[in-house]
Amino acid sequence: MDTRIIVVTSGKGGVGKTTVTANLSACLAKQGYSVVAVDADIGLRNLDVVMGLENRIVYNLVDVVENACRLQQALVRDKRVDNLYLLPAAQTRTKDAVTPDQMRYLCNSLRGSFDFVLIDSPAGIESGFRNAALCADEALVVATPEVSSVRDADRIIGLLEADGKNSINLIVNRFRQKMVDKGNMLDVNDVSEVLAVKIIGVVPEDDSVVISSNKGEPLSLGLQSPAAKAFKDITDRLLGKDVPLSLPQGEQGRGFLAGLMRMLRL
Amino acid sequence: MGFLSRFFKVGNSKQNAKERLQVVLIHDRADISAGMMECLRRDIISVISNYMDISEEGIELELEKDKSSVALVANIPVLRVKRRLEGTPGKEEKIHAEGKKKRSQNRKR
Ligand SMILES: Nc1ncnc2c1ncn2[C@@H]1O[C@H](COP(=O)(O)OP(=O)(O)OP(=O)(O)O)[C@@H](O)[C@H]1O
Ligand SMILES: [Mg+2]
Repeated sequence: MDTRIIVVTSGKGGVGKTTVTANLSACLAKQGYSVVAVDADIGLRNLDVVMGLENRIVYNLVDVVENACRLQQALVRDKRVDNLYLLPAAQTRTKDAVTPDQMRYLCNSLRGSFDFVLIDSPAGIESGFRNAALCADEALVVATPEVSSVRDADRIIGLLEADGKNSINLIVNRFRQKMVDKGNMLDVNDVSEVLAVKIIGVVPEDDSVVISSNKGEPLSLGLQSPAAKAFKDITDRLLGKDVPLSLPQGEQGRGFLAGLMRMLRL
Repeated sequence: MGFLSRFFKVGNSKQNAKERLQVVLIHDRADISAGMMECLRRDIISVISNYMDISEEGIELELEKDKSSVALVANIPVLRVKRRLEGTPGKEEKIHAEGKKKRSQNRKR
């Protein structure tokens, strides 16, 4: 089995890496692929709660690489959908608990047994990020349409390219069409122009993201919403389907004023 | 458009964001690692030393970033300009001779 190992990263913290990892993993599994979501944010475990699997964790990633348990014992199976697993991070250890060699060993044991391995990277550009990206064949860089986030994304893209990663795609998260219409938010075109990287999807700012993480239920397993649609589209594009990049409307929709302004090309 | 956009309260912070990003990225991308800078310094010293004695301790080498561009600025104190090219005997004479020839041709015309 050919396994695609994809790291989800961003440089800047809090822009949506964990959200993206959880939702794309669930979406891929729902389409029938076998998926492991790996939480590589050692010490700041989050993916488990966003996926709603926190109560079933026995072992974690550090236990696996330290041979305290077998890989199979640490994988938490999602009961809501077939073939979706979580490899949780250790909460009481630090990023230095895992060495590059151990990370390589882990990826090698995952490779061949699953269709997709999605790795949720910690923020930053240090060892935690390096470990998360180490064995990935592909990278999804998450950025919000703000100066600091796009700048950090550029840095991360530079590091990934220097590492020889040649499949790097950008996800623009928390996009707000209304603000763009008012001239107060970077457009998707602006972002792709300054970063010179392919955009694989645009996820709108959407209350359903918060609601789904409150419930611990990834969007594709529950709520229908603009963000859910965006994650579905990204999944399809990852699978090679030709889905045109439409700009999500968010929950607010487009107002009369926004439409008028567009007509007047303001 | 200025009038209309004021009327409709169109912001322009998007344009600010884009312009500031472009400038910031020019700078970020021009960041050169300390190791690369050291190699560059060594190469520059070795090339220039063919032509003049320079004070190696006095060399200042840096990427100077102003608003929208980046320049490599070098300040290299010269101790003495060499009379003749060292290391590659003959080369200097040849170039010198060619120069003379050209000059005499020019004079003829
Ligand atoms: N499209 C969105 N709409 C609304 N809220 C969002 C969206 N994406 C993310 N959020 C919220 O932003 C917060 C940060 O998201 P998330 O935890 O996924 O970021 P992260 O990049 O993993 O952060 P960290 O760097 O700390 O690991 C969360 O509260 C999440 O619910
Ligand atoms: Mg996270």
